[in-house]
Amino acid sequence: MLGGFDFAILWANAPFLWNGMLLTMQLTALAVTGGLLFGVILAVLRLSRVHPLAWLVEGYVNFLRSMPLILVIFWFYTLVPKLIGRPVSGFYSVLIAFVMFEAAYYSEIVRAGISSVRRGQIAAAMALGLTNLQAMRYVILPQAVRNMVPVLLTQSIVMLQDTSLVYVVGLRDFLTSADIVASRDNRPTELYMFVALVFLVVCFSASRLVNRLRRRYAL
Amino acid sequence: MIELTGVSKWYGRFQVLANCSMRIDKGEVVVICGPSGSGKSTLIKCINGLEPFSKGTITVDGISVGDPGTNLPKLRSRIGMVFQNFELFPHMTAGENIVLAQQKVLGRERAAAKTKAFELLTRMGLAEHAAKYPAQLSGGQQQRVAIARALAMDPIAMLFDEPTSALDPEMITEVLDVMVKLAEEGMTMAVVTHEMGFARKVADRVVFMDQGAIIEDANKEAFFGTPRSERAQLFLSKILQH
Repeated sequence: MLGGFDFAILWANAPFLWNGMLLTMQLTALAVTGGLLFGVILAVLRLSRVHPLAWLVEGYVNFLRSMPLILVIFWFYTLVPKLIGRPVSGFYSVLIAFVMFEAAYYSEIVRAGISSVRRGQIAAAMALGLTNLQAMRYVILPQAVRNMVPVLLTQSIVMLQDTSLVYVVGLRDFLTSADIVASRDNRPTELYMFVALVFLVVCFSASRLVNRLRRRYAL
Repeated sequence: MIELTGVSKWYGRFQVLANCSMRIDKGEVVVICGPSGSGKSTLIKCINGLEPFSKGTITVDGISVGDPGTNLPKLRSRIGMVFQNFELFPHMTAGENIVLAQQKVLGRERAAAKTKAFELLTRMGLAEHAAKYPAQLSGGQQQRVAIARALAMDPIAMLFDEPTSALDPEMITEVLDVMVKLAEEGMTMAVVTHEMGFARKVADRVVFMDQGAIIEDANKEAFFGTPRSERAQLFLSKILQH
């Protein structure tokens, strides 16, 4: 059985698969960064005392968290070009979809992280004369980040896996590239096994890293 | 210097502070005591605006705390506060804890702020602990760092909210010693505490609170001699019998 396998095909198509991998990594990195930035803003707004803003953000977060990711991808793929009145590359529409979607999840993680900092810490910062923003920047966020890093990393691993959904808009990410080779050369078993192995290695090492961080920063 | 007039506060329908009036003059040490839940911590937190109050006025050095136009961060930077649970910033060393607000609030140069921090830590007998994180210090050491952090702002008055309640008995003395020294140096202090030994030693006045109201406000001799109210007598007999 195994004799029927031809793993040389992986080597032969390495540059093509690598390009797919690059796109996956690029998309993950940009979506995590953008999602995180937007997520922090959402979290801070949601915790703010400006109630209409907090409610608006709450609505946004709950709405997006109720949507399947693939629907959000489709949605932005058709919506963004209409909004700005000219065609947009699949990459950007997908990136926007990921950022908007992930921000909803990240904001909840960040909010929990901020809420986990003892209330007395805020009082102590205020008592010293720090403003709200300074207290957030120098006292609350550094502690909150420590509490949320493991969960953020876990969410980012899920995000990496989710990027494979971009095949629906025809982007050549890692999985899609492998799929193209698989059907062209009729070698699905080898290719899918390889894809699984790569995801396993990446995600497993990342989750090991999460565990190490969790132990190191256990307060 | 600090004056409270008719301060009241409600949590929903529950009244935490009932028409509290008192004043603390420059250089005075006032001890505030009373059973738990009597509102003494809330009252002291109203003085620097950490707790909003519903009625009455509080002025510190002529500035109204409750006035919406008051720059509260600026006012707070002039009043030191020490908390029951120390509330040092756990992600910073003892030294950095003391430097932070000097730099960010007072705009001091980093070098000057560090020198000041080191001087204060030396005064607290903690010079060799400057580079340690709060988690590496004992409760008594943490509280002394917290006092140094407050003093670094050159406050016009210091508020202490049960500064020794979270400490093991053997560490209470080292914190009280520092506070006694401060009082003797003429610092204006409001201290919420059950440490009657401290009150006897350095307090000018003792304020007794129960159910949100100031029941008694007397100079030390009168308070420990013959408290007028039955409730204060009962309270004293309970905490002094050991």
